[in-house]
Amino acid sequence: MPATGTHQSASQPVEAESPVAGSRVKTAARLGVVPCHHCATLWKDVEAHSCCGCCGARLHVRKPDSLNRTWALLIAACIMYVPANMLPVMTTVSLFEEKQDTIMSGIVYFWVSGSWVLALIVFIASFLVPLFKLAVIILLLITIQRRSNWRLVQRTKLYRIVDVIGRWSMLDVFVVTLVTGLVQIRGFAVVHAGPGIVAFAAVVVLTMLASISFDPRLMWDAAEHEPRKPV
Amino acid sequence: MREVSDLIACEECDAVYRRVALGRDEVTFCRRCGAELERDMSSQRGRVLPLTIAGLFMYVIANAFPIVQMELHGVVNRVTLMGSVLALTAEGMHFVAFLVSITTILFPLIQLLALIYLLTAQNGRGRSGSRAAINLLTRMIQILRPWVMVEIFLLGVIVAFVKMKSIAIVLPGIAVWALGVLAFLFAAVLSFNPRHIWRKSLPGAEE
Repeated sequence: MPATGTHQSASQPVEAESPVAGSRVKTAARLGVVPCHHCATLWKDVEAHSCCGCCGARLHVRKPDSLNRTWALLIAACIMYVPANMLPVMTTVSLFEEKQDTIMSGIVYFWVSGSWVLALIVFIASFLVPLFKLAVIILLLITIQRRSNWRLVQRTKLYRIVDVIGRWSMLDVFVVTLVTGLVQIRGFAVVHAGPGIVAFAAVVVLTMLASISFDPRLMWDAAEHEPRKPV
Repeated sequence: MREVSDLIACEECDAVYRRVALGRDEVTFCRRCGAELERDMSSQRGRVLPLTIAGLFMYVIANAFPIVQMELHGVVNRVTLMGSVLALTAEGMHFVAFLVSITTILFPLIQLLALIYLLTAQNGRGRSGSRAAINLLTRMIQILRPWVMVEIFLLGVIVAFVKMKSIAIVLPGIAVWALGVLAFLFAAVLSFNPRHIWRKSLPGAEE
Protein backbone atom coordinates (compact mmCIF):
# COMPACT_ATOMS: atom_id res chain seq x y z
CA MET A 1 0.00 0.00 0.00
CA PRO A 2 1.56 3.25 -1.03
CA ALA A 3 -0.43 5.72 0.98
CA THR A 4 -0.13 5.75 4.71
CA GLY A 5 -3.26 6.33 6.67
CA THR A 6 -5.45 5.32 3.75
CA HIS A 7 -9.01 5.17 4.88
CA GLN A 8 -12.11 3.92 3.35
CA SER A 9 -15.09 5.98 2.44
CA ALA A 10 -18.21 4.36 1.11
CA SER A 11 -19.56 5.75 -2.10
CA GLN A 12 -23.27 6.15 -2.35
CA PRO A 13 -24.78 3.90 -5.00
CA VAL A 14 -27.10 5.65 -7.40
CA GLU A 15 -29.98 3.70 -5.98
CA ALA A 16 -29.06 3.30 -2.37
CA GLU A 17 -31.20 0.33 -1.41
CA SER A 18 -29.80 -3.24 -1.22
CA PRO A 19 -26.37 -2.83 -2.76
CA VAL A 20 -25.49 -6.50 -2.22
CA ALA A 21 -28.47 -8.42 -3.48
CA GLY A 22 -27.49 -7.89 -7.08
CA SER A 23 -30.69 -7.47 -9.01
CA ARG A 24 -31.65 -4.00 -7.75
CA VAL A 25 -28.31 -2.32 -8.33
CA LYS A 26 -28.04 0.06 -11.25
CA THR A 27 -25.28 -1.07 -13.54
CA ALA A 28 -23.60 0.93 -16.24
CA ALA A 29 -25.03 -1.44 -18.84
CA ARG A 30 -28.59 -0.84 -17.59
CA LEU A 31 -28.16 2.91 -17.48
CA GLY A 32 -26.88 2.80 -21.04
CA VAL A 33 -23.51 4.30 -20.17
CA VAL A 34 -20.23 2.79 -21.37
CA PRO A 35 -17.15 2.95 -19.14
CA CYS A 36 -13.81 3.26 -20.90
CA HIS A 37 -11.57 0.27 -20.09
CA HIS A 38 -8.50 2.43 -19.82
CA CYS A 39 -9.44 5.65 -18.11
CA ALA A 40 -12.81 4.64 -16.56
CA THR A 41 -14.60 7.70 -17.88
CA LEU A 42 -18.31 7.05 -18.44
CA TRP A 43 -19.96 7.95 -21.73
CA LYS A 44 -23.62 8.20 -22.64
CA ASP A 45 -25.21 7.77 -26.08
CA VAL A 46 -22.23 5.88 -27.47
CA GLU A 47 -22.39 4.80 -31.11
CA ALA A 48 -20.79 1.53 -32.19
CA HIS A 49 -17.01 1.53 -32.75
CA SER A 50 -16.46 4.94 -31.22
CA CYS A 51 -13.43 5.85 -29.16
CA CYS A 52 -13.13 7.37 -25.71
CA GLY A 53 -13.04 11.15 -25.97
CA CYS A 54 -10.72 11.31 -23.03
CA CYS A 55 -7.95 8.79 -23.72
CA GLY A 56 -8.72 7.57 -27.23
CA ALA A 57 -9.24 3.89 -26.39
CA ARG A 58 -11.93 1.95 -28.26
CA LEU A 59 -15.13 1.81 -26.18
CA HIS A 60 -16.78 -1.51 -25.40
CA VAL A 61 -19.61 -2.32 -23.02
CA ARG A 62 -17.73 -5.52 -22.09
CA LYS A 63 -14.29 -6.79 -23.07
CA PRO A 64 -14.73 -7.95 -26.68
CA ASP A 65 -15.47 -11.63 -27.18
CA SER A 66 -14.34 -12.29 -23.64
CA LEU A 67 -15.69 -15.81 -23.09
CA ASN A 68 -14.45 -17.25 -26.40
CA ARG A 69 -11.02 -15.72 -26.08
CA THR A 70 -10.62 -16.84 -22.49
CA TRP A 71 -11.72 -20.40 -23.32
CA ALA A 72 -9.32 -20.56 -26.27
CA LEU A 73 -6.34 -19.33 -24.25
CA LEU A 74 -7.27 -21.56 -21.35
CA ILE A 75 -7.55 -24.72 -23.44
CA ALA A 76 -4.19 -23.93 -25.02
CA ALA A 77 -2.73 -23.49 -21.52
CA CYS A 78 -4.20 -26.82 -20.37
CA ILE A 79 -2.58 -28.57 -23.34
CA MET A 80 0.81 -26.98 -22.66
CA TYR A 81 0.53 -27.84 -18.97
CA VAL A 82 1.24 -31.53 -19.72
CA PRO A 83 4.63 -31.12 -21.48
CA ALA A 84 5.51 -28.33 -19.02
CA ASN A 85 5.43 -30.85 -16.20
CA MET A 86 6.63 -33.96 -18.03
CA LEU A 87 9.59 -32.68 -20.05
CA PRO A 88 12.92 -31.69 -18.46
CA VAL A 89 13.40 -27.97 -17.87
CA MET A 90 17.15 -28.28 -17.33
CA THR A 91 19.86 -30.73 -18.28
CA THR A 92 23.08 -30.65 -16.29
CA VAL A 93 26.08 -32.18 -18.05
CA SER A 94 29.03 -32.57 -15.71
CA LEU A 95 32.23 -34.67 -15.77
CA PHE A 96 30.59 -37.76 -14.42
CA GLU A 97 26.94 -37.66 -15.24
CA GLU A 98 24.09 -36.13 -17.14
CA LYS A 99 21.15 -35.13 -15.01
CA GLN A 100 17.71 -34.05 -16.16
CA ASP A 101 15.43 -31.93 -14.03
CA THR A 102 11.71 -31.39 -14.37
CA ILE A 103 9.77 -28.70 -12.49
CA MET A 104 8.82 -31.23 -9.82
CA SER A 105 12.28 -32.75 -9.40
CA GLY A 106 13.66 -29.26 -8.88
CA ILE A 107 11.26 -28.77 -5.99
CA VAL A 108 12.11 -32.20 -4.57
CA TYR A 109 15.81 -31.32 -4.81
CA PHE A 110 15.30 -28.22 -2.66
CA TRP A 111 13.25 -30.21 -0.20
CA VAL A 112 15.77 -33.02 0.35
CA SER A 113 18.73 -30.63 0.45
CA GLY A 114 17.14 -28.84 3.38
CA SER A 115 16.01 -25.56 1.76
CA TRP A 116 12.42 -25.97 2.85
CA VAL A 117 11.47 -22.34 2.50
CA LEU A 118 12.66 -22.24 -1.10
CA ALA A 119 11.07 -25.61 -1.82
CA LEU A 120 7.80 -24.17 -0.58
CA ILE A 121 8.15 -20.93 -2.58
CA VAL A 122 8.94 -22.78 -5.80
CA PHE A 123 6.22 -25.35 -5.11
CA ILE A 124 3.66 -22.56 -4.73
CA ALA A 125 4.86 -20.44 -7.67
CA SER A 126 5.50 -23.23 -10.16
CA PHE A 127 3.01 -25.91 -9.23
CA LEU A 128 0.12 -24.57 -7.16
CA VAL A 129 -0.34 -21.19 -8.85
CA PRO A 130 -0.67 -22.49 -12.45
CA LEU A 131 -2.98 -25.29 -11.33
CA PHE A 132 -5.05 -22.89 -9.20
CA LYS A 133 -5.30 -20.45 -12.11
CA LEU A 134 -6.46 -23.07 -14.57
CA ALA A 135 -9.02 -24.43 -12.10
CA VAL A 136 -10.35 -21.01 -11.08
CA ILE A 137 -10.74 -19.67 -14.61
CA ILE A 138 -12.51 -22.87 -15.70
CA LEU A 139 -14.82 -22.53 -12.69
CA LEU A 140 -15.55 -18.87 -13.48
CA LEU A 141 -16.25 -19.61 -17.14
CA ILE A 142 -18.55 -22.54 -16.40
CA THR A 143 -20.49 -20.65 -13.74
CA ILE A 144 -21.03 -17.79 -16.21
CA GLN A 145 -22.28 -20.13 -18.87
CA ARG A 146 -24.65 -21.79 -16.42
CA ARG A 147 -25.91 -18.29 -15.49
CA SER A 148 -25.21 -19.08 -11.88
CA ASN A 149 -25.59 -16.51 -9.12
CA TRP A 150 -23.66 -18.64 -6.66
CA ARG A 151 -21.26 -16.66 -4.40
CA LEU A 152 -20.77 -13.74 -6.77
CA VAL A 153 -18.71 -11.67 -4.37
CA GLN A 154 -16.37 -14.57 -3.58
CA ARG A 155 -16.02 -15.42 -7.27
CA THR A 156 -15.09 -11.82 -8.05
CA LYS A 157 -12.48 -11.97 -5.27
CA LEU A 158 -11.16 -15.24 -6.71
CA TYR A 159 -10.71 -13.54 -10.05
CA ARG A 160 -8.87 -10.67 -8.40
CA ILE A 161 -6.50 -13.13 -6.68
CA VAL A 162 -5.81 -15.02 -9.91
CA ASP A 163 -5.15 -11.78 -11.73
CA VAL A 164 -2.57 -10.74 -9.13
CA ILE A 165 -0.69 -13.97 -8.45
CA GLY A 166 -0.53 -15.30 -12.00
CA ARG A 167 2.69 -13.49 -12.87
CA TRP A 168 4.65 -15.18 -10.11
CA SER A 169 4.79 -18.46 -12.01
CA MET A 170 7.45 -16.88 -14.20
CA LEU A 171 9.83 -17.60 -11.32
CA ASP A 172 11.04 -20.92 -12.69
CA VAL A 173 11.63 -19.43 -16.13
CA PHE A 174 13.97 -16.86 -14.59
CA VAL A 175 15.75 -19.48 -12.49
CA VAL A 176 16.44 -21.64 -15.53
CA THR A 177 17.62 -18.57 -17.48
CA LEU A 178 20.10 -17.60 -14.78
CA VAL A 179 21.43 -21.09 -14.14
CA THR A 180 21.85 -21.72 -17.87
CA GLY A 181 23.63 -18.41 -18.30
CA LEU A 182 25.96 -19.01 -15.40
CA VAL A 183 26.89 -22.67 -15.54
CA GLN A 184 28.70 -22.71 -18.86
CA ILE A 185 32.11 -24.00 -17.81
CA ARG A 186 33.36 -26.17 -20.62
CA GLY A 187 34.75 -29.47 -19.46
CA PHE A 188 33.39 -29.23 -15.93
CA ALA A 189 29.73 -28.50 -16.02
CA VAL A 190 27.31 -27.16 -18.58
CA VAL A 191 23.62 -26.60 -18.02
CA HIS A 192 21.26 -26.65 -20.98
CA ALA A 193 17.71 -25.35 -20.86
CA GLY A 194 15.26 -28.14 -21.68
CA PRO A 195 12.10 -28.12 -23.80
CA GLY A 196 9.95 -28.24 -20.65
CA ILE A 197 10.71 -24.61 -19.84
CA VAL A 198 9.33 -23.47 -23.20
CA ALA A 199 6.05 -25.24 -22.49
CA PHE A 200 6.05 -23.91 -18.93
CA ALA A 201 6.63 -20.32 -20.09
CA ALA A 202 3.79 -20.80 -22.58
CA VAL A 203 1.46 -21.92 -19.77
CA VAL A 204 2.30 -18.80 -17.76
CA VAL A 205 1.81 -16.44 -20.69
CA LEU A 206 -1.40 -18.14 -21.86
CA THR A 207 -2.99 -18.13 -18.40
CA MET A 208 -2.00 -14.47 -17.92
CA LEU A 209 -3.61 -13.60 -21.25
CA ALA A 210 -6.67 -15.65 -20.30
CA SER A 211 -7.12 -13.76 -17.05
CA ILE A 212 -6.61 -10.44 -18.86
CA SER A 213 -9.21 -11.24 -21.50
CA PHE A 214 -11.70 -12.44 -18.89
CA ASP A 215 -14.31 -9.85 -17.93
CA PRO A 216 -15.51 -10.30 -14.32
CA ARG A 217 -18.59 -8.19 -15.04
CA LEU A 218 -19.96 -11.07 -17.12
CA MET A 219 -20.47 -13.01 -13.89
CA TRP A 220 -22.77 -10.29 -12.60
CA ASP A 221 -24.52 -9.98 -15.96
CA ALA A 222 -25.13 -13.71 -16.10
CA ALA A 223 -26.57 -13.75 -12.58
CA GLU A 224 -28.93 -10.90 -13.44
CA HIS A 225 -30.23 -12.60 -16.53
CA GLU A 226 -31.00 -15.76 -14.58
CA PRO A 227 -34.47 -16.99 -15.50
CA ARG A 228 -36.79 -16.06 -12.67
CA LYS A 229 -38.57 -18.80 -10.81
CA PRO A 230 -42.36 -18.77 -11.27
CA VAL A 231 -44.00 -17.19 -8.23
CA MET B 1 -21.75 10.89 -27.20
CA ARG B 2 -21.31 12.85 -24.01
CA GLU B 3 -19.30 12.42 -20.88
CA VAL B 4 -20.94 11.53 -17.58
CA SER B 5 -18.48 12.93 -15.09
CA ASP B 6 -20.49 12.70 -11.88
CA LEU B 7 -20.86 8.90 -11.98
CA ILE B 8 -18.34 6.09 -11.65
CA ALA B 9 -18.78 2.42 -12.58
CA CYS B 10 -17.14 -0.49 -10.77
CA GLU B 11 -14.71 -2.16 -13.14
CA GLU B 12 -15.39 -5.62 -11.77
CA CYS B 13 -19.17 -5.74 -11.34
CA ASP B 14 -20.43 -2.72 -13.31
CA ALA B 15 -22.38 -1.17 -10.41
CA VAL B 16 -22.73 2.57 -10.85
CA TYR B 17 -22.05 5.03 -8.05
CA ARG B 18 -22.23 8.75 -7.65
CA ARG B 19 -18.69 10.08 -7.45
CA VAL B 20 -17.76 11.70 -4.19
CA ALA B 21 -15.05 14.30 -3.72
CA LEU B 22 -12.08 12.46 -2.25
CA GLY B 23 -9.97 13.87 0.52
CA ARG B 24 -6.26 13.29 0.77
CA ASP B 25 -5.36 9.58 0.36
CA GLU B 26 -8.97 8.52 0.50
CA VAL B 27 -10.14 5.45 -1.38
CA THR B 28 -13.63 4.41 -2.38
CA PHE B 29 -14.65 0.79 -2.75
CA CYS B 30 -17.54 -0.88 -4.50
CA ARG B 31 -20.18 -1.90 -1.99
CA ARG B 32 -21.30 -4.85 -4.05
CA CYS B 33 -18.02 -6.63 -4.87
CA GLY B 34 -15.38 -4.79 -2.85
CA ALA B 35 -13.23 -3.63 -5.78
CA GLU B 36 -11.47 -0.30 -5.59
CA LEU B 37 -13.38 2.47 -7.34
CA GLU B 38 -11.21 5.52 -7.04
CA ARG B 39 -8.11 6.50 -5.10
CA ASP B 40 -6.83 9.94 -4.30
CA MET B 41 -3.27 10.30 -5.52
CA SER B 42 -2.62 13.96 -4.75
CA SER B 43 0.03 13.16 -2.13
CA GLN B 44 1.78 10.80 -4.57
CA ARG B 45 2.23 13.26 -7.39
CA GLY B 46 5.34 14.98 -6.17
CA ARG B 47 6.93 11.71 -5.16
CA VAL B 48 6.60 9.71 -8.35
CA LEU B 49 8.99 11.64 -10.58
CA PRO B 50 12.05 11.47 -8.27
CA LEU B 51 11.35 7.81 -7.59
CA THR B 52 11.13 7.10 -11.30
CA ILE B 53 14.44 8.85 -11.98
CA ALA B 54 16.05 6.89 -9.14
CA GLY B 55 14.59 3.80 -10.76
CA LEU B 56 16.25 4.65 -14.04
CA PHE B 57 19.66 4.82 -12.33
CA MET B 58 19.06 1.49 -10.65
CA TYR B 59 17.96 0.05 -13.97
CA VAL B 60 21.26 1.05 -15.59
CA ILE B 61 23.28 -0.50 -12.74
CA ALA B 62 21.18 -3.66 -12.78
CA ASN B 63 21.86 -4.12 -16.47
CA ALA B 64 25.50 -3.05 -16.63
CA PHE B 65 26.91 -5.15 -13.81
CA PRO B 66 26.98 -8.91 -13.25
CA ILE B 67 24.17 -10.44 -11.24
CA VAL B 68 25.97 -13.49 -9.94
CA GLN B 69 29.57 -14.63 -9.94
CA MET B 70 30.37 -18.31 -9.78
CA GLU B 71 33.62 -20.07 -9.11
CA LEU B 72 34.04 -23.72 -9.91
CA HIS B 73 37.41 -25.51 -9.96
CA GLY B 74 39.21 -22.18 -10.24
CA VAL B 75 37.18 -21.02 -13.22
CA VAL B 76 35.30 -17.79 -12.53
CA ASN B 77 32.15 -17.05 -14.47
CA ARG B 78 30.02 -13.93 -14.20
CA VAL B 79 26.68 -13.34 -15.76
CA THR B 80 24.74 -10.19 -16.51
CA LEU B 81 21.04 -10.00 -17.27
CA MET B 82 21.72 -9.65 -20.97
CA GLY B 83 24.35 -12.41 -20.83
CA SER B 84 21.89 -14.96 -19.51
CA VAL B 85 19.37 -14.02 -22.18
CA LEU B 86 22.05 -14.44 -24.84
CA ALA B 87 23.01 -17.82 -23.40
CA LEU B 88 19.41 -18.93 -23.81
CA THR B 89 19.36 -17.66 -27.37
CA ALA B 90 22.52 -19.65 -28.08
CA GLU B 91 20.71 -22.72 -26.77
CA GLY B 92 17.96 -22.16 -29.31
CA MET B 93 15.40 -21.16 -26.69
CA HIS B 94 14.26 -18.12 -28.62
CA PHE B 95 10.77 -17.91 -27.16
CA VAL B 96 11.97 -18.06 -23.56
CA ALA B 97 14.86 -15.67 -24.26
CA PHE B 98 12.40 -13.24 -25.83
CA LEU B 99 10.03 -13.52 -22.89
CA VAL B 100 12.78 -12.96 -20.32
CA SER B 101 14.22 -10.03 -22.21
CA ILE B 102 10.92 -8.21 -22.58
CA THR B 103 9.76 -8.76 -18.98
CA THR B 104 13.05 -7.84 -17.31
CA ILE B 105 14.84 -5.53 -19.77
CA LEU B 106 12.58 -3.94 -22.36
CA PHE B 107 9.28 -3.35 -20.55
CA PRO B 108 10.80 -1.95 -17.33
CA LEU B 109 12.78 0.55 -19.42
CA ILE B 110 9.70 1.54 -21.43
CA GLN B 111 7.71 1.98 -18.22
CA LEU B 112 10.35 4.20 -16.63
CA LEU B 113 10.88 6.36 -19.70
CA ALA B 114 7.16 6.68 -20.40
CA LEU B 115 6.47 7.70 -16.80
CA ILE B 116 9.24 10.30 -16.84
CA TYR B 117 7.85 11.72 -20.08
CA LEU B 118 4.28 11.80 -18.77
CA LEU B 119 5.20 13.42 -15.48
CA THR B 120 7.35 16.09 -17.05
CA ALA B 121 5.00 16.77 -19.97
CA GLN B 122 2.18 17.19 -17.50
CA ASN B 123 3.88 20.05 -15.70
CA GLY B 124 4.37 22.11 -18.83
CA ARG B 125 0.78 22.96 -19.68
CA GLY B 126 -0.47 24.00 -23.08
CA ARG B 127 1.34 21.29 -25.03
CA SER B 128 -1.79 20.12 -26.75
CA GLY B 129 0.15 18.77 -29.71
CA SER B 130 1.53 15.93 -27.61
CA ARG B 131 -1.94 14.87 -26.47
CA ALA B 132 -1.92 11.80 -28.71
CA ALA B 133 1.49 10.76 -27.40
CA ILE B 134 0.33 11.18 -23.80
CA ASN B 135 -2.75 9.05 -24.46
CA LEU B 136 -0.71 6.36 -26.13
CA LEU B 137 1.93 6.24 -23.39
CA THR B 138 -0.60 6.19 -20.58
CA ARG B 139 -2.47 3.31 -22.16
CA MET B 140 0.80 1.50 -22.76
CA ILE B 141 1.84 1.85 -19.12
CA GLN B 142 -1.43 0.24 -18.06
CA ILE B 143 -1.21 -2.58 -20.59
CA LEU B 144 2.42 -3.38 -19.81
CA ARG B 145 1.99 -3.28 -16.05
CA PRO B 146 1.47 -7.03 -15.43
CA TRP B 147 4.39 -7.83 -17.74
CA VAL B 148 7.04 -5.92 -15.79
CA MET B 149 8.52 -8.68 -13.66
CA VAL B 150 11.51 -7.19 -11.88
CA GLU B 151 10.45 -8.41 -8.43
CA ILE B 152 9.82 -11.93 -9.69
CA PHE B 153 13.20 -11.95 -11.39
CA LEU B 154 14.76 -10.92 -8.08
CA LEU B 155 13.18 -13.91 -6.37
CA GLY B 156 14.47 -16.01 -9.27
CA VAL B 157 17.99 -14.76 -8.55
CA ILE B 158 17.68 -15.86 -4.93
CA VAL B 159 16.38 -19.29 -5.90
CA ALA B 160 19.11 -19.75 -8.53
CA PHE B 161 21.67 -18.63 -5.96
CA VAL B 162 20.67 -21.29 -3.45
CA LYS B 163 20.46 -23.89 -6.20
CA MET B 164 24.07 -23.36 -7.20
CA LYS B 165 25.51 -22.87 -3.74
CA SER B 166 25.75 -26.63 -3.34
CA ILE B 167 27.88 -27.14 -6.45
CA ALA B 168 30.02 -23.99 -6.61
CA ILE B 169 31.12 -20.85 -4.80
CA VAL B 170 28.60 -18.17 -5.72
CA LEU B 171 28.75 -14.47 -4.92
CA PRO B 172 26.00 -11.93 -5.52
CA GLY B 173 26.95 -9.12 -7.90
CA ILE B 174 26.23 -5.40 -7.61
CA ALA B 175 23.30 -5.80 -9.98
CA VAL B 176 21.40 -7.84 -7.39
CA TRP B 177 21.27 -4.93 -4.96
CA ALA B 178 20.28 -2.58 -7.76
CA LEU B 179 17.54 -5.01 -8.78
CA GLY B 180 16.30 -5.14 -5.20
CA VAL B 181 16.02 -1.35 -5.01
CA LEU B 182 14.47 -1.26 -8.49
CA ALA B 183 11.81 -3.79 -7.47
CA PHE B 184 10.83 -1.60 -4.51
CA LEU B 185 10.81 1.55 -6.65
CA PHE B 186 8.62 -0.14 -9.23
CA ALA B 187 6.18 -1.17 -6.54
CA ALA B 188 5.94 2.45 -5.39
CA VAL B 189 5.91 4.02 -8.84
CA LEU B 190 3.44 1.68 -10.52
CA SER B 191 0.93 2.07 -7.72
CA PHE B 192 0.53 5.52 -9.22
CA ASN B 193 -2.22 4.96 -11.70
CA PRO B 194 -1.60 7.12 -14.78
CA ARG B 195 -5.32 7.35 -15.40
CA HIS B 196 -5.26 10.28 -12.96
CA ILE B 197 -3.75 12.27 -15.74
CA TRP B 198 -7.11 12.06 -17.48
CA ARG B 199 -9.31 12.23 -14.46
CA LYS B 200 -10.90 15.56 -14.10
CA SER B 201 -11.85 16.65 -10.65
CA LEU B 202 -15.53 16.54 -9.85
CA PRO B 203 -17.47 19.51 -11.16
CA GLY B 204 -17.65 21.93 -8.28
CA ALA B 205 -15.28 19.93 -6.10
CA GLU B 206 -12.53 22.50 -5.98
CA GLU B 207 -14.68 25.19 -4.35
